[in-house]
Formats: sequence, structure tokens, C-alpha cells
Amino acid sequence: MRPEIALPILIPLFFGALSLAVWRSRLAQRWLAVIGTGALLASGIWLLFATLNQGPLVTTLGDWQAPFGIVLVSDLLGAIMVLLAGLMAFSAAVYSLAAMGEGHERFGYYPLLHMLLAGVCGAFLTGDIFNLFVWFEVLLIASFALLILGGERAQMEGAIKYVTINLISSAVLLTAIGLVYGLVGSLNMADLAVKFADADAEHTGLITVIAMLFMISFGIKAAAFPLFFWLPASYHTPPVAVSALFAGLLTKVGVYALYRFFTLIFTQDAELIQTILIWGGTITMVVGVLGAAAHFEFRRILAFHSVSQIGYMILALGLMSPLAIAGGLIYTFHHSVVKTNLFFVSGVSYRLRGTHELKELGGLYRAAPWLSLLFLISALSLAGIPPLSGFFAKFVLVRGALDLQFWVVTGIALAVGLLTLFSMTKIWAEAFWKAAPENAPTPPPVEPGQPLYLMYLPIIGLAAIAVLMGIFGEAVFELAMLAAEQLEDSRIYIEAVLGENP
Amino acid sequence: MTSMPSLILSTAARVLLPLLVLFSIFLLLRGHDLPGGGFIGGLVGASGYTLYLFAFDSSAARAALRMDPRTMVGLGLVIATLSGVIGTFVRGEPFFTSQWWEVYVPIFGEMKLSSPLIFDLGVYMVVLGSVMTIVLTLAEAEE
Amino acid sequence: MEPLMAYVVGGLYAAAIYMMLRRSIVKLVIGLILLSNAANLLIFTAAGLVRGTPPLIAEGAQVPPPGVADPLPQALVLTAIVIAFGVLAFAVVLIHRAYEIVKADDLDQMKSTDT
Repeated sequence: MRPEIALPILIPLFFGALSLAVWRSRLAQRWLAVIGTGALLASGIWLLFATLNQGPLVTTLGDWQAPFGIVLVSDLLGAIMVLLAGLMAFSAAVYSLAAMGEGHERFGYYPLLHMLLAGVCGAFLTGDIFNLFVWFEVLLIASFALLILGGERAQMEGAIKYVTINLISSAVLLTAIGLVYGLVGSLNMADLAVKFADADAEHTGLITVIAMLFMISFGIKAAAFPLFFWLPASYHTPPVAVSALFAGLLTKVGVYALYRFFTLIFTQDAELIQTILIWGGTITMVVGVLGAAAHFEFRRILAFHSVSQIGYMILALGLMSPLAIAGGLIYTFHHSVVKTNLFFVSGVSYRLRGTHELKELGGLYRAAPWLSLLFLISALSLAGIPPLSGFFAKFVLVRGALDLQFWVVTGIALAVGLLTLFSMTKIWAEAFWKAAPENAPTPPPVEPGQPLYLMYLPIIGLAAIAVLMGIFGEAVFELAMLAAEQLEDSRIYIEAVLGENP
Repeated sequence: MTSMPSLILSTAARVLLPLLVLFSIFLLLRGHDLPGGGFIGGLVGASGYTLYLFAFDSSAARAALRMDPRTMVGLGLVIATLSGVIGTFVRGEPFFTSQWWEVYVPIFGEMKLSSPLIFDLGVYMVVLGSVMTIVLTLAEAEE
Repeated sequence: MEPLMAYVVGGLYAAAIYMMLRRSIVKLVIGLILLSNAANLLIFTAAGLVRGTPPLIAEGAQVPPPGVADPLPQALVLTAIVIAFGVLAFAVVLIHRAYEIVKADDLDQMKSTDT
């Protein structure tokens, strides 16, 4: 019995239910949010250490054995992603205490937050593809509701695109699951890996079709080129704590699913898949960063950078070497921390100045020097300046690409890093450095009981993590290498789920 | 709601509400081996309260429900989640493993209690609560 | 039976995509409904269609008789239908609210958050 595997799903479910039961009391919901996400973070740390010490952990639900029942599996990739979810959730919950208006909280923000986390953690831990679909839907429906909290015009327009494209993605995923079941009669990931590995040659074409369907579905969720248009159209519309959580977590679920499926299950037609992933990732990087360069709204720039950074993670998967995948994992973790933090900073700047438009912002360096420092740490880390977290993530990734002699791709990745720096200096120059413009809008009224320090605390914490990931780069790298080696050798996962001789 | 509620409907609803609630609990309890269960039971219970709402008004239905429907959804979810972890804490089995207890009740003889029943109770509350949330919201929007 | 179902599924996908390419949001939602139904039917068909053999184990036997229907895809489809129902209900409410705010049933009028 392994309680630690199911806890990251049960904790948010339980706290979500509890905060729904006390939905009249705003105070109780706020406390439950902090305690629940804190417990999730703690269980994530526990799960990571347990997985690190004992190898992949498996638990069956209801004691139905794999491959017949649903299993929860925690290998290092899953455990790291759960830890990331806990970290993002905890910082977003603390930030929400100060950033969420009473109207949003009354409309069920905290129960939805917990449900979203249950879906995210379930998707990271499940070992069954239909169950993965169910968790995707859980997190989607929670994210739909979070996205339209407040009900402004921009949110409605963004939500229609977000909902539509995600429903299409779900339908594609369901189609692929149906074809998989029709082909091999199993839904357990480890079992599928075994069955696809010894599938008949006549089925190779169909398996490739199924692999492409999964790639499109997860590519939409991860916001990869050319399927990313919903992200910049919607991510900047909701309250900033929601944007931050989405940018930090939701696209990562798609990235996680791509990593899981294309290292474990679909390994036959590797060359075609790798080529698509490498060039898809590269074009995603370029398009995202160019889109960001053209914008002058704080959160839109950040949203486009999310697309660009997703490209790096997909590129790392496409390269498929342990070193590159380790780089991709560090990148995923680093990007969540940093991008969430940048969204948090944009929330503070909105509170101080009442606008997200860079043209109307200004003088923040004089007004809030510490905020400027925190922004700079995150922004430089995003661009990959040593000794911050982004530098090591990019370094390992580029090193992996160079080892495989992908010169062009490496060059583009480095150039995109420079363009990222350009965008970040644009924000720095416009929002922080230049003097405040004459006709600046007035900051919004602040509700009582929402002290500014509660917004600073998570920003400081995440900035500290970005710095520490750089300083202790070696430890982070070793952990990522271990996870990458587990992904590379799919036998470890299969034996953990199905036993020694499947 | 109409300004003049029908006398027949309101008299019947007064009698039918307890009957339907009783029937829904009957469906909930027999649901493990026979047709029934928390989902259907919850729907039948909700239909009783909806009838009551048609006969009187939304505030009367709210009062008859005793508990706020949203609170009920939350409590139901809590109960359903907890039913899954009983076996884990008592016997160290995986989550959601069914637990069975045989209880001797005078007159009725031996009865089987189980964690699926507790789960079903949670489902019952979630279904009743969410249907009533929807119905009451619609009714209040119209009023 | 299978070829017929395959044509039905294919027709549903085609109709769904045609509807989703229209500018009207109502037609977009109709397209989404058709799409989710197409996927459900596809699961059902791909797993194999068998008539009149419910997966019941006779009294005293340990295994069901050969050639019974596979109950799992039915469970999958049921789950998928319930999920699709919930999500589509949300989508309908969303377009209703969006219509009230934007006052248009035209996707081309909803470009303010685009790039």
C-alpha cells in the first residue's frame, strides 16, 4: 500500500469538497486553500523522496490488478511534475489571498482551484490512458470556470476560443483512445508499450496514425506550433492569479503527456516523430518569441513567451537523448517557476499602477525598487542569464542538441534566447525604468484585508527558487538525469506496473 | 411561479414529498446488488423537491431542503472521498478497496454495511445538491 | 454492421468539421456536439460490434461463453457521454453569456483578444 501516490489527488479533492461545503464562509475557504495547497506541496515532496529512494511506485485503485484495473504510477517524471504542481498551487493560493476580489471568491474560486489541482495531479500520476482523458476533463472544466470568473467581455471572447479548441483536443484524444482500444484491447500505458512493441508489421501505419492523433491532442494542450493560437488569445484575460497558475501548470500537463507517450508508448516510428517534434518545437520557439516582440501589453508578452518556451521543451523531447530530456525537464520546472512569478509581478504592477499597457506604465523602479529586483531575477532567468535557473536549463538542452550535431536548431535556440532578453528588457525599460507618464490611469481601489505583502511573499519565494536552482544546478541536473534515464529505459516503468515478466 | 398555486398540486406535493424522499432512500439502499443506487436515488429525491417547488415557491423548497444545496454537494463529495480511504487507514489496502462489515440488527437479522454504500451516500448528496442548485437558480432567476 | 457504422462515424466527423468552420457560434457548438458523438460512436465501433450476447456468466461457470460483447467500451462511452454532456452544457451557457455581452453570434466580432 502506497498512500503517498494517491495523496496528491485525494488532498485537493478533499479540500475542494470541504471548501465547497463551507462556501458561505469566505474566511474558511481562504484558510482551506492555503492549508490544502500546503498539504499538496508537502505530499509532493514526500512522493518525490519516496520515488527517488525506491524507484517507480505503483498503486492499484480498488485492488484491481494491472492491466485490468486503473493504476496510479509515480516515476520520477510524474513525481517531479506533482511537486511542481504543489509549488505553483501553494504560491498561487497565498497570492490569491491578496489578489482575488471578493466577487471572484464568492463565485467559487477556491473550490475550482482545488478541482483544477486534482485534475492536474491525476493526469500526472495515472497509468491508464482513458483515466488520463478523465483527469484532463476534470482540469479543463475547472479551468473553463476559472477563466470566466468575473465575466468581462475579453474573458468571454477568450473563453470561447479556449473552450472550443480544448473540446476539439479532447475529441481527438478520445478518438485516439478508441482506436487504441480497437487495435490492442488495452488502455494501461505499460501494457500498451509492450503490445505496441510487438505489434504486427501490418499495423505500423495505424499505430503511426494513432501516435499523430495523440500528438495533435497533446500539442493543442501544450500550445505547440501550429496549434497554439488559443493561448495568447485567452491567457491574459482572467484575474492574474489564474493566469499565473495556468501559465505555470496547464500547458505543462500537455508537455508531460507528450513526454510520457513518446518515451514510453510510441517508440516504433521514432524517426518521423522525432523530426516532427524537433521542427515543431523549433518553429514554436521562433513564432512565440516574435509574437512577444510585437506586443506592448505586459501579460500578452508573457503569454507569447509561454508559447516560445514550450518550444524548448518539445525540442528537448524530440532530441530524445537522456541529456536533452534532462534539459527539457529542468526547463519545464524552471519555466513554471519563472513564468508564474512574472505573472505575479504583473499583478503587483497592476495594483500599483492600474494598467497592464507598457505605454501607460512607468516609474516602477523608483516606486518599488524591490519589485524591480524580483522582476529582474525572473526575467533574466527566463532569458537564460547565468547563474540563474534558466541558464542551466538552456545549457543542458543546448549541450544535448550539440552532442547530436543539430547545429541549425542549436543556433535558433540561442537566437530565441537573445530575443527573449530583448522582450524582457522592453518590459524593464517601459514599465520600470522610464518615468511615469503624465496621463497614467489611477490604480484600482484595494479591498480591505488584502495586504500587499501577501503578494510579495510568493514572488520572493519563487525568485529564491529560481536563484537556488542556478546555485545548486548540479543537484538539479543529477535529479533530472535520473528522471531522464528512467524515461529512456521504458522497461523500468513497465516492470514496475506489470511485474518482472509481462 | 404563478400567482395562484393549484390547490390539488399543493396538497399532493405535501404528501408526495416525503414519499418520494423515502423512495429515493429505498433506491439508495438497495442499489448495491439491484437496480438503484445513489445517482438514481438522488434524482428521485430531487424530483420530489422540484415538485414541491412547483407547488409552492423556491423559498419553500429551500426551507424543505433544510440544507443549502451547495453545502450538500460539498458534504457529499467529502463523504465520497472519505469512503475511499477507510480501507487504507483501517487495513492498509489500496485506495477505494471495498470494505464490508456484517452487522446484526434486531428484527431484520444480518445486514451488510459497506464502503460502497458510504460512497453511494456521497453520490446521492452530490446529485441531489447539484440538481437542486440548478433548479433553484433557474427558479430564482425567473422570479 | 461495422462498415455501415464506419460510414456513419465518418459522416459525423465531416459534418462536425463543416459546422465548426462556420462563423456562427451556435453552429460551432452544434459542430462540437457532433464531434463528441462521432468520437463516442468510434469507440463503440472500433471495439467491435456484437449483437445479442450480453457479457453474463452463467450460474456455476467461471468464464463467460465465447463471443460475448465487450462491456468495457460501453463503460468508456458512458463516461465520455457524461463528460461531454457536462462540458457542452458549460459551452452553451458560455455562448449565451457571451452573446449577452458581445451582442453578436459571429466569431468575427470577437477579435478583441486576438493578436
